[in-house]
Amino acid sequence: MSTSKPATTATRLSGKQWALKSRYAEHFQPFYRGHGVGLALLALALILFGYGIYSLDMTIARLVAGFGELGAMALRMLPPSPGSWALAGSYVHAMVETLAIALLGTLMAAIVAFPLGFLAARNTTLNRLVQFMARRSFDTLRGVDILIWALVWINVVGLGPFAGVLALFMSDLGSFGKLFSEAIEAADDKPVEGVMSTGGSSFATMRFGILPQLLPVLLSQVLYAFESNTRSASIIGIVGAGGIGLILSEQIRTLELQQMSFVILLILVTVSAIDYFCSRIRFAVIGARAR
Amino acid sequence: MSASASHAKAYANAVAAKRRQLWLGLLALAVCVFFAGHAAEISVGKFLDNIGNFSSYIDRIFHLESGQWVVSDPKEWFWGWKKWLALMGETLLMAYVGTLLGALAALLLCFLASKNITERQWLVFATRRLLEFSRTVPEMVFALIFVAAFSLGPLPGILALAIHTGGALGKLFAEVVENIDMKPVDGVLASGGNWLQKVRFAVLPQVASNFASYALLRFEINVRGAAVLGFVGAGGIGQTLLEVIRKFYYADVSALLVLIIGTVMLIDTLTERVRHRLLGQERAA
Repeated sequence: MSTSKPATTATRLSGKQWALKSRYAEHFQPFYRGHGVGLALLALALILFGYGIYSLDMTIARLVAGFGELGAMALRMLPPSPGSWALAGSYVHAMVETLAIALLGTLMAAIVAFPLGFLAARNTTLNRLVQFMARRSFDTLRGVDILIWALVWINVVGLGPFAGVLALFMSDLGSFGKLFSEAIEAADDKPVEGVMSTGGSSFATMRFGILPQLLPVLLSQVLYAFESNTRSASIIGIVGAGGIGLILSEQIRTLELQQMSFVILLILVTVSAIDYFCSRIRFAVIGARAR
Repeated sequence: MSASASHAKAYANAVAAKRRQLWLGLLALAVCVFFAGHAAEISVGKFLDNIGNFSSYIDRIFHLESGQWVVSDPKEWFWGWKKWLALMGETLLMAYVGTLLGALAALLLCFLASKNITERQWLVFATRRLLEFSRTVPEMVFALIFVAAFSLGPLPGILALAIHTGGALGKLFAEVVENIDMKPVDGVLASGGNWLQKVRFAVLPQVASNFASYALLRFEINVRGAAVLGFVGAGGIGQTLLEVIRKFYYADVSALLVLIIGTVMLIDTLTERVRHRLLGQERAA
């Protein structure tokens, strides 16, 4: 390109631009054209957001005062300290109870959901009505939050960790039932046909055709659920269903903040340890390909 | 020994080793279950003695005080529907505002938590730990702390939802961003774009529909969460639900549960439709 003819270069470029514009007209029109519906939805979303902030009393004054208080609390949380050795022992004991609740709830739900999952799967169910009813029951079980189940079971078996186990069992039964039946529906037909073609019974097709495909998937779902249940089990104590939640909520109410931050740290460390072990087991069983 | 016989022997050995592993694993599990049963005070006797209470409780919450089956008199069953619907609306609004705030925070942080977008590795590391912290602490714990700092009402509930949502969505968003096609990014960088332009013109168009889909899924989860935040005084319908359960207003318990489950299912179906459309867009693009 020579420097003596800048004018021609400019006109040539603008000519190119014009060609581009005419060829890709839709990309050069103003933004609001062609996005009318999207912009209207965005406006609606923002209006709803504004209304929410207004009606839920999220004023600047409250936010400033609250965050100030929160900052002061955060300072008083440090350093985390259990208070005394006896208290530390009781926290560890409560944490063990929490883990026990999570383990038993998850395991019971998995065992019960396993046969029910076959009823709720399209390809293995008895008939459409059974499948429909099973699906809806699972939806209902999942729709009720674990804290509500805990309250219901407290009325039945009294305060304590047993109510927590049953609460976890109920809500996990719902989610496992759904996950298991989806896994069964996703199973490959070919091994099933293979077993059938060699004269296998319907039990044999399930045992040798479906089960080997299914078990690694189910196991990984159960392990994942165990980790998230450890978290759930650490809060159900708030309504009195056992575990470390009771201690935590009492400490917050009485503003024993150093001990509270110690308990929160204990929960975090335990959950990450469980997470670590679960993924180790998962990889050991299903191999690295599952990633 | 012939080749096939040694193969058979190797196979038998491998199977036996697998079996041994399985039995060892089951044994370890059984030991854990035994101690867990002890720690959680499981008693089969107590359970069997009281299982009748469960069915009679379920039976009782579906009968009015007059002894009638609840559906026979819906007006009496849902006597407080005006108040309850208003509370349900507040719950939905809390979930909405909380999800939106959390999603915005996640949107800001996810690019910093993606290795392929942010070069400074310490920044990626720090952002990831922050996200991890905010999603590992249960939102109920945040709600408890915020109630102590902000006093009772929906505000602490919204903040708790927003923080937890930010952590959970931030991780999912970052995973999406790390799986993008890097060619548009190279293109923007080659034409001299800065960090912001890179994110806006090369990354965002690839991930926007996925982000929206995840945010909707989170909204679903947050509706459930918001319905029980009232248990610790953080607003919504939970406070009323806790009261009627504790005070044994049986018919009210079932009315509120039906209201909550119905709303949750409705929201689930609606968001699922929108999400299918969003993901369809993704596939077409």
